[in-house]
Order: sequence, then C-alpha cells, then structure tokens
Amino acid sequence: MRNKLAIHYHVMLIPAIVILGLFSIYPLFGLMIAFEDFKPGRGIWHSPFVGWENFQYVFMLPDIKQIFYNTVSIAIMKIVFTQLFAIVFALLLNEVKNLLFKKTVQTIVYLPHFISWVLLGGIIINVLSLDGIVNEALQAIGIPPIFFLGSNHWFPGVMVGTHVWQEFGFSAIVYLAALTGINPSLYEAAAIDGAGRFKRLLHISLPGITATIILLLTLDLQNVLNAGFEQILNLYNPMVYQSGDIIDTYVYRAGLREFQYELGTAVGLLKSAVSFVLIAISYFLASKFANYRIF
Amino acid sequence: MVKSFRTTDRVFDVIIVAVLTLLSLSTLLPLVHIVAESFSDKAAVAGGLVTFYPRHFTLVAYRAVMSDHAFFRAFLVSVERVLLGGGLQFAFTILTAYALSRPTSEFRSRNAYMWILVFTMIFSGGMIPFYLTIRDLHLLDTMAALVLPTAVPVFNVVVLMNFFKSLPKELDEAALIDGAGPWYRMVSLYVPLSLPSIATVTLFSVVGHWNAFFDGMLLMNSPDKYPLQTYLNQIIVQASQPQSHLTPDQIKQLSQLSDRTVNSAKILVSLVPILIVYPFLQRYFVTGMTLGSVKE
Repeated sequence: MRNKLAIHYHVMLIPAIVILGLFSIYPLFGLMIAFEDFKPGRGIWHSPFVGWENFQYVFMLPDIKQIFYNTVSIAIMKIVFTQLFAIVFALLLNEVKNLLFKKTVQTIVYLPHFISWVLLGGIIINVLSLDGIVNEALQAIGIPPIFFLGSNHWFPGVMVGTHVWQEFGFSAIVYLAALTGINPSLYEAAAIDGAGRFKRLLHISLPGITATIILLLTLDLQNVLNAGFEQILNLYNPMVYQSGDIIDTYVYRAGLREFQYELGTAVGLLKSAVSFVLIAISYFLASKFANYRIF
Repeated sequence: MVKSFRTTDRVFDVIIVAVLTLLSLSTLLPLVHIVAESFSDKAAVAGGLVTFYPRHFTLVAYRAVMSDHAFFRAFLVSVERVLLGGGLQFAFTILTAYALSRPTSEFRSRNAYMWILVFTMIFSGGMIPFYLTIRDLHLLDTMAALVLPTAVPVFNVVVLMNFFKSLPKELDEAALIDGAGPWYRMVSLYVPLSLPSIATVTLFSVVGHWNAFFDGMLLMNSPDKYPLQTYLNQIIVQASQPQSHLTPDQIKQLSQLSDRTVNSAKILVSLVPILIVYPFLQRYFVTGMTLGSVKE
C-alpha cells in the first residue's frame, strides 16, 4: 500500500528533478572552466586543463582587491542601515493607533520592494541627474550641483541610500509581526508603574524584538558578498567602476562581455565558496541560538 | 502626575506621525515627480519647472508611447513570459511541495529529494556556466530560456510545503479512509485549504517574471525578443549613462536631448501591472510569508 503511494510522489517530483537537473545541477559541471584554458568551440569537456593558473591570475589582477572591498563595504552598509531603518520604522508604526494612517503608510513604503531595478534605476537616474529635481533643489538653496551617479565619492553612498529607500519598509514586516507577539499585559503593568509611551517603547517593545533582530542579522551574514547586482548594473557607468564595481558586475563584464570565460568563472567560484561558508555559519548560529529551521 | 504623562505622550504622538509622514513622502515623491513629468510639456521639463504636478498638461508623451511598436512588442513578450512562466511555477510548485510535504513513513525517499532541493539552493554554477548551459541546450533567443530555468522556485516550494505540513493530519487520514488517492487529495483537499499561501507564492512569481531583466539581457540576442524590462534597461538606463570622456556640461546637454517625458511615461506604463496586483499582493504576503517561513 505504502509503496504504491510512493510511486505517485515520485511522478509528482519528475518536473522538479528535470528542471533542477538541467538548470541548477548540470551548470555545476561548467565550473570546470575555472581550471581550464577554455575554448568555446571545444566546450567544457574537451578544453585543456590548466590547474590553478586562472586563480593565480585572478589574485594578480590589480583591481581585485578594490572589487572585493567595494562588494563587502557596500553590502555591510546596506545590511546595517536597512535593519536600523526597519527597526525604528517598525517601533514607531507599532505605536500608531489610527488604523487608516497605519495602513496608508504601510501601503506606500512597501511598494518600492515590488518595483524592478530597471524602473527604479530609471526613476533614480531621473531624480539624481545633474539637471534632476534633487540638484534643482540644492541649487535653490545655494549648493552647487552634485554628480551623484558619476562621482566615486558619492556612488557607494547612493547605492546604500537607494537600497534602504527600497527595502526598509518591507524589511520591517518581520519586526511588526514580532511586536504583535508581545504580551499586552507588560504594557499595562508598565503604564500603571508610571512609564510613558516612549519608555514603554524603549523598555518593552525593543527588548521584545531583540531576539528577532539578532536572528535577522545572523541570516544577513549570507549577504555579505551580495552587494546588489541588478541595482548596480542599472545605475553604474565607467566613471564609477573604481568605487562601484562589485564581484557580480565584474564577472558579467570581464567574463561575458569581454569573453574571458575562465576568469569570470574563477571569480564566481571563489565567491560561491566564501558564500557557502557564510551560509553554513549563519544557519549554524541561527539554528543553535534561535532555534531557527527552514525545513 | 497623570496629566504630565499625557502631554509627553502627545508630543511623542506628534513626533511619530511626523517621522512616518516624512518616510512615506520620501517613498512617494520620486514617483509623483515622474508622474508629473510624464504629463508635462517637454520644454517645461527641460527647463526644470516641473516638480510634483504637471506643467502645461499634455498627453503627448503617452501618445508617443502608444505609437511605439518596439515598446509594445516588448510589453507582449513580458505578458507572454508572465503567463507561461507563472503558470509553470504555479503547477510545479504545488506538485513538488505536495510530494515533499508527505511524511517519510508514507514516502521514504522524501528526504533524499529534499536534499537535492536544498543543494540547488546553496550551490550554483554562477552566471557563465548557466549561460553556457542554455547555449548548449540551444535555448538562446527562445521564450523557453526565460521560463524554464525558474520553473521550480525552490523557496516558494519550501514555503508551500511547510504550509501543507501545518494542515491537520486528521483531514488527510479521513480522506484516505474514504478512498481518496494522492492526486485527488492534493487537488481537492490541500489546494483549496491553502489558497492564501498559493496566492502569495503565485503573485510573487508573477511579479518576479514581470520584473526580471537580466536573463533577457544575458540570453536574448535579438532585441525584438527582449522582455519589457530588458528593453527599458537598454533605452532608459544604458542610453542615459554618461560616458567617461564627456564633461559634466556635455552630459547635461545630452540628457536634455533624450526625451525625459516619454521615458517617464514608459516607466509608468510598465509599472501599471505591478500596481494592479499590488493590492492583492499586500492582502496576502504578510500571512503567506510568516506562515511558511519559520516553523516551530
């Protein structure tokens, strides 16, 4: 009886196995390119093997340190500021009693999360360009125009700022859910003891979501090498390669646009290896200290 | 004593409303600016006169979009990929999640399959091996390249699987005793009971397909097969990017030549489908996200 049922479940899983086999597992063999002198005409199976040569070349590239630094610094700043804004936003929104106001604010700030980086890129380029509305406003108060997307001084900050702008609201959802789980009698007891609204926020709401904050920061460890490929691809230009080029954009440009397949694959493989370690550490910590399991 | 608390609390309230209003405006105003530009006269936009309401109201930009064949061809490619890709994800997510939600006592290989899914979530070949795979399969420049690789969205599968698992076992046992087979139980018991969760993951896959641009850029050779976002990336983003050999003044001149009002109108027309599904998305995503993702 049980075996009979199992056959049906195997059949249900055929599409998943075929799709994942073709598009997720088969490409893993392509990682061999990182150890080959890849000839597109001969394919991954018949190109000459060169061992670690491509990796030695990667580490000798003058730009590689800068790209790694850009990736990690942009990613960490994004994590810190997005969580900070999300926490403050959730704590403040939690204090709002007027449901209509609350819903309206939520509807507005969640929206950018669902807009593609192509459209956001179009909007941001429009608003931040030299003749955009931000620079018009700055000029009106006597500040000379700033070339936000064309200066290495401003570009990383603009990436962090626009990412926070897009995501802080949506990231707050988890905190809002955690806040509704706090026992209301704690607030009542504190109110009777004479604590005002701000004190209650500081001494009940904030400690009530500390565990969630730590859990989310732990899970964010996985993103330390993900600085936002689609965002930067839509906003950067040759003038800001020095400050804005990250691992993913470099792999795309050097590997695919300039046909250095081995180089791109080697850099991508290095990123995957480090990411794997980060994912493992993050899940280990999250499951050990927060009892977090996804499966 | 009590009264002094009330005044500080009232100040606190005012601060909260002010901060939240500011945050909402910061989100909304860039969009309002784009709307205002799209309905304004070209010269008013170039002169920097348009802020948050249209100047010299006109529909010229929208007429230009309506008669732009390249835009509409790309729009239709995107509609096609949303229908095909969304449909495939819908069917495969339910099938996979249902099979994996079965206890190991009933389906002994369940854990082995689960490990395969987890494995694909953690390890990926990356951009270049993926591109070469699509090339080797002769799928470059085809609709299949846009819809097949993401046809089994593992994260959505896990969310839905956890939801299936959380349904009362008694229902399943009752149906089994009544003689319902696995397919019948999936279609007429699990799917109807999980509609909010299924709606959530489906809406996410629709939005994902509508918003995807990089696969179009990577895998489509001929521009007439570009989905909408890839097309927009080419005409708005790439075209407006300053070149390094130009001075800031030259760039300023260049960007005035390109038609900002038409670009704004194109951005907004492309946003319409997202705005249509957004209310439904919002109704479901909070429950759908928190239900599936963390299991006690």
